[in-house]
Amino acid sequence: MIRFLVTRLLSLCVSLIAASVVIFCVIEVIPGDPAAFMLGLNANPDTVAALREDLGLTGDALSRYFSWTTGMLTGDFGTSYTYRVPVSELVSDRLLVSLPLAVYALILSTALALPVGMIAAMRRGTLTDVGIMGTTQLGIAVPNFWFAMLLVLLFAVSLRLFSAGGFPGWDAGFLAGLKALTLPAVSLAFPQASILARITRSALLETLNQDYIRTARAKGLTERQTIVGHALRNALIPVMTIIGLQFAFLLAGAVIIENVFFLPGLGRLIFQGITQRDLVVVESVVMLLVFAVVMVNFLVDVAYAAIDPRLRIRT
Amino acid sequence: MHKIPRTLAVAGLAALASLGTAEAAKTTITIGMQLEPPNLDPTGGAAAAIDEVVYANIFEGLTRFSADGSIRPALAESWDISGDGTVYTFRLRDGVTFHDGTTCDAEDVKFSLDRARAEDSTNAQKALFAGIADVSVIDPLTVQVTLQNPDGAFTTKMAWGDAVIVAPETIGQAATHPVGTGPFRFTNWVKGDRVEIDRNPDYWGEPVALESATFKFISDPTAAFSAMMAGDIDAFPGYPAQETLAQFEADPRFVVIIGSTEGETILSTNNKADLLSDVRVRKAIAHAIDRQAIIDGAMFGFGTPIGTHFAPHNPDYLDLTGLSAHDPDLSRQLLAEAGHGDGLTLRLMLPPPSYARRGGEIVAAQLREVGIETEISNLEWAQWLEQVFRNKDYDLTIVSHTEPSDINIYARPEYYFQYDNPEFQSLMADYAITADPGMRTALAHQLQTIIAEDYVNGYLFQLARTGVADAGINGLWKNAPTQANDLTGVHWSD
Repeated sequence: MIRFLVTRLLSLCVSLIAASVVIFCVIEVIPGDPAAFMLGLNANPDTVAALREDLGLTGDALSRYFSWTTGMLTGDFGTSYTYRVPVSELVSDRLLVSLPLAVYALILSTALALPVGMIAAMRRGTLTDVGIMGTTQLGIAVPNFWFAMLLVLLFAVSLRLFSAGGFPGWDAGFLAGLKALTLPAVSLAFPQASILARITRSALLETLNQDYIRTARAKGLTERQTIVGHALRNALIPVMTIIGLQFAFLLAGAVIIENVFFLPGLGRLIFQGITQRDLVVVESVVMLLVFAVVMVNFLVDVAYAAIDPRLRIRT
Repeated sequence: MHKIPRTLAVAGLAALASLGTAEAAKTTITIGMQLEPPNLDPTGGAAAAIDEVVYANIFEGLTRFSADGSIRPALAESWDISGDGTVYTFRLRDGVTFHDGTTCDAEDVKFSLDRARAEDSTNAQKALFAGIADVSVIDPLTVQVTLQNPDGAFTTKMAWGDAVIVAPETIGQAATHPVGTGPFRFTNWVKGDRVEIDRNPDYWGEPVALESATFKFISDPTAAFSAMMAGDIDAFPGYPAQETLAQFEADPRFVVIIGSTEGETILSTNNKADLLSDVRVRKAIAHAIDRQAIIDGAMFGFGTPIGTHFAPHNPDYLDLTGLSAHDPDLSRQLLAEAGHGDGLTLRLMLPPPSYARRGGEIVAAQLREVGIETEISNLEWAQWLEQVFRNKDYDLTIVSHTEPSDINIYARPEYYFQYDNPEFQSLMADYAITADPGMRTALAHQLQTIIAEDYVNGYLFQLARTGVADAGINGLWKNAPTQANDLTGVHWSD
């Protein structure tokens, strides 16, 4: 187990270093100057030069790379060009929206998908199974932003039960915050749950054909006992992989849903940073997301090992 | 067994839904804006969104724009102009304080103007201050500004958001915590979501009717529609989803406000590009364009055709659309004369706004009619600024120039149109130092005519301002003489 953890940790570090180089290089070659962007069409060229100086945009690439990476190691992510506040402050504000939203959506999707997938597997070939498969097919096919717009039209515009979007902040109370995140979480969760339910079903069906399941049935266990006690645990490996990938997606990839519900989340921060050439923000947030994804994958790897003892020995 | 969770879920949803929907008191307002300001310092950036939050609400200048575009006194109570038109003596109002309690006096005015025109100034409109030779404090309530040359537009220049009066002690934090003299004070900014302001109890002028106001940032047009319909937003002065305006017009809960802006939307042309340095080609392009088709197709019918670079609501505007009337036959003939009878290909670079992206497709189709093929590239603003604006690596582009009275950009040969006409430049220099209204009108007409007859750019239309508001709100600006959401006169009926 120790050796397993060490090799996984080493590959994690290598991934992070490689990512930082790639991110920095990409940002370097993108055309566009944050100072010119901020000053608009009437500014004199010498004013733009003065602002570039102000923002610390002068100096060679290598030294800027090192000051960026060493800054991050000490927790200093730099100062946003456009907002003029520390990036860490911006990111932590946004995480207060994005992280709960991702967790909320993940809980909804998992809570929906696992039982539904199990039911579909247990009743394979029946009308229930066909119905579930059809609905989940629809869930994958429907773009989540369109589904989100339908939710807004129904619950906000027609019924006026929810706000059309926005986030009041956690200061307004936990329930008010949760309420603001409910429609976005549902729209994020629906397609994710559809994918997850189908994976759960096929993974379960796979294991249900195994010899040990026949043995379990032969020794007289009920269908429920067989599935929960024997099949599910083995089917969980692919399901965990998908959940891990989904969490990473939910954290960073929610930008479209954030736009529909005008939520101040991480996705929109990156989007804004790119259009305004607020490169410090883009670099640091993307790096942070890489870190999050790598960490989630690491945890998923560890979780595999916890679920399946064979994986601990193989690596 | 199955019913219990479902009932619980419904109850839970209902409980969540009932939260936070209390009726808003009628002394607060939530204003929707499409773009969030990058910071809140109007003296340090060009973003229109900055002024849309702070102008007249938080910060004030010596003079200010009224809703109809006229200039009226603000922090300066009155002013005298010397006989030769070069010395302005401003008398400041007594008893004006900044939101932090310190007094606003002549020293602050001197500081603000000197800071804006300093060598290391990062003011996006530094040219406004270029004519100032000296600013001196006569006494705490009198400031004397000496200009290098007479300037008929000087009090207009001082009304810009970039010329607001700031205090040396607080300007450092203005980007995140603006401190001005206005009728509202900054209270809170939840980045990515909203800015909140509340009434300044110590305001020198008439107190405002609103106790507080929130600016909420919604970039997506569809989300803007939903937020208005759901009642999350009280007014959206720069409403982005024009295709839905008919729905608001039909709904008695709302009023639709259509006004004009200072945005001349033009098919900017690289006058130094090989093919386009020939005035016949530029003239051919101008006659190939059907302005009304662009306004109808790209702007849902909102916008006023223009024939030169001047706002139609300006009293000095000259209607020159006849010089470039839609005439494809004439275009083809001009192209043949210029030796492009077999057609030619130009690069059309489009920045993100819908007027450019949608308008660009229509312009391209109209140009194709007369034998001009276009290669369209969609650029982000930052790319556009670098490639088109700075490096002048383009043939055609579509941009709305939103600064008020900005015909002077045609006198800058290094500007991205690369239009270099000494006659225009010398007339512009005369115009800048002419104070007599009659003379100014005559010169303005001449200037407009020159650039129209030189077909410097394709002049398309004046950008309209389409707004939606709750029917109970009064006092919002209809037109946008400057980019602002002036809330000083806004109040709810009943």
